[in-house]
Amino acid sequence: MRQAFVNALCGLAAADERILLLTGDLGFMAFERFRESFAARFLNVGVAEQNLIGVATGMAEAGFLPYAYSIATFAALRPFEFIRNGPVLHRLPVRIVGMGMGFEYGHAGPSHYALEDIGVLRTLPGLRVIIPADSAQAYTAISQTYDLPGPTYYSLGKDDRATVHDLDGRFELGRVETVRPGTDLAIVSMGSITTEAVAAADELQRLGINAAVAVVSSFNPDPIKDLAELAASVPHVISVEAQTLSGGLAAMLGLVISSHNLPCRLWPLAVRTSPDGRSGSQQDCWRRHKLDRTSIVDLSLSVLGKPLR
Amino acid sequence: MFNATAPEMKRDVSAAAGLTPKRIRQIILEQSKRANVGHIGSCLCVVEIICALYTKVLRISTPSDPDRDRFILSKGHAALALYAALALKGHITVEDLASFCGESTFLGVHPEYQVAGVDFATGSLGHGLSLAAGAALAARMQRSTRRIFCLISDAECNEGSVWEAAMFSSHHRLQNLTVVVDVNGQQALGLTREVLDISNLAERWRSFGWQATEVDGHSLDQLSEILNAEASVAGAPRVVLARTVFGRGVSFMVAGKALTQTHLTDQPINWHYLPMSDEEYRIAMAELEAAD
Repeated sequence: MRQAFVNALCGLAAADERILLLTGDLGFMAFERFRESFAARFLNVGVAEQNLIGVATGMAEAGFLPYAYSIATFAALRPFEFIRNGPVLHRLPVRIVGMGMGFEYGHAGPSHYALEDIGVLRTLPGLRVIIPADSAQAYTAISQTYDLPGPTYYSLGKDDRATVHDLDGRFELGRVETVRPGTDLAIVSMGSITTEAVAAADELQRLGINAAVAVVSSFNPDPIKDLAELAASVPHVISVEAQTLSGGLAAMLGLVISSHNLPCRLWPLAVRTSPDGRSGSQQDCWRRHKLDRTSIVDLSLSVLGKPLR
Repeated sequence: MFNATAPEMKRDVSAAAGLTPKRIRQIILEQSKRANVGHIGSCLCVVEIICALYTKVLRISTPSDPDRDRFILSKGHAALALYAALALKGHITVEDLASFCGESTFLGVHPEYQVAGVDFATGSLGHGLSLAAGAALAARMQRSTRRIFCLISDAECNEGSVWEAAMFSSHHRLQNLTVVVDVNGQQALGLTREVLDISNLAERWRSFGWQATEVDGHSLDQLSEILNAEASVAGAPRVVLARTVFGRGVSFMVAGKALTQTHLTDQPINWHYLPMSDEEYRIAMAELEAAD
C-alpha cells in the first residue's frame, strides 16, 4: 500500500497545492517521486514524532493539508497526546499515515508491531480511522477522503502486491465491503490480514461451508448499520484482526451485536498476549497468534460443530 | 500560493487604551476570586509580557484575519492573563470574562481555540512550540510577513518536545518565530533549580542555534523593544528569556505567604495552587490599587 499511497498523493498534490508530505525520517525507496515533483512541499522533520504532529497541526491551521508519515507505532503511539490535543482538539485536517499494520515489520520485532494503533486512535471520536485491506482500496480511500474536514489516521500495509480478491478497490467511509457472500457464518476482517480471511473462506467453501467475508475499513464513523445487518443474517461471526483484542474490530462487533440484541455469537481472533520477545515473518506471527487462515478454518469448523480436518 | 500579501501595518491598539499591567492584574484577581481558583502567581508573573504583546507587538486586525500575527500561550495555565488582555482589546466581552471557570464555559483554566483571539488551545506543557514552529514555517511558505510568538515557562523546558521543536526551528531558520520563556524559577513542586537545574538556559538555547536575549520580564519597554527588534543573527529564531517574579504585584504572594492558611510553609509555589480568601483578596486588591 506504500506505493498506492505515494501514487495517490502525487496525483492529489499535482491538483491541490495545499498538500504537504511530512515524514519522521522514513520513506526510503518510497518518497523519491513526491520529493522530486514537489520539493518545496516535502519536509523531513527528523526523528521527532511529537514535533512531526505539532508542526503539521501548526501548518494545517494556516490552510495546508499536511500528511504526517512514519511507521505506525511511531506515528500513532509516541505522539498520541499531540494528536489528541492538536488536530483532533482543533478539528484540523492533518492526515497521519502509519505504515506497517499488525505484524508487517515481522523481523523488526515487537517495537515495530502496530497492534494497538487502531484501538488507541479510535477512542478519539473526532479522528477518522481508515484501514485499507489492500493497495487498490488504499488508493481509493486516500483519494476519496483527502479533503474531508478534520483529521484522519490511515493505517497502511507495507505490502504493495497482496490483493484481496473481489474487493476491487471499493471503499466507502463508514460502510462494510462484502467480498464473499455466505450464510453459515461471517468472517469480518480488517486490514491486510483480510487475505487470510478470504483464503479461509475459500477453503471452507471446498469443505461445503458458506462463509461470508466482510471487510471493515473505517472507524469514526463506524460501519454499525452494515455490521448489524450482517450479524443478523448469520449465527456466528468470527472477527479477524492483527490488533489486540480490547481495542479494535472485536470490540466494535461486540458492541454492535449486544446493543442490537442479535442472536449471534462473536468469536474474536485477535492478539491476546503480551510480547514474549519472539519475532519472525508476518506469516509466522499470524500463526503464533492463531490469526492465520488455518486458525480461521479450524475455528469455523469448531463453532459449526464440524469435525476438524 | 495563497493570497498572502500582508499590509505593512495591521497593528490595532484602538481598543487597548485600558490595557495596562495594573488592569490585567485586577482582572486576574477579580476573576480568580469570583471563580475561587488558583494559578494566580503564574498569571501575575506574565502580565507585562502579555501586555507588551497586545499593546506594542502583535499585529491583529481581527482575530480571524489569516495574516494576523499568531500568539501561542504554551503555558496554558496562565490563560486568565490572556483572557484579560482579550477582553480589554474587545475580542471577548465582559460577560465572556465573567464566565471564566463557570459551567459550560469556553473560558476554562487553559485556553480553547474557540475563544476569539486564541489561536491554539494549550494546556499540556511542551505542545505549543511545535505548533508555533509549524505556524512559522507555514507563514514563510505562504510568503506572509506575519510573525509567530510563543510563551513558554522555564519548567516547560523539562519537556523533550520543546527541544525537538527548538532543533527544528533553528534548522529551518524560522526567523519569524520568537519564543518568550517566563523564567520565574518555579515549578509545581519546587524551584526549577532544585527539580531539574536549567539555570544556564541562555546557553542551552544558543547551543540549539537560537539567538537568546535576557530581559527584565516586568519591563514593558525592554519587552516591547526586543519583541519588535529585527533578528540580528541571520536566520536564527529568537528566544527572549524574561526574568519574572512569581506572584508579581502582590507582595504576600511573592513572599509565598498564605495569610489565612498559616499551617503552610512560606513558599511562592503556594500561589500556584491556592485560591484567595476574602481577606487575602482585599489586601491584594488594595495593594494593586495603591501601586502606580
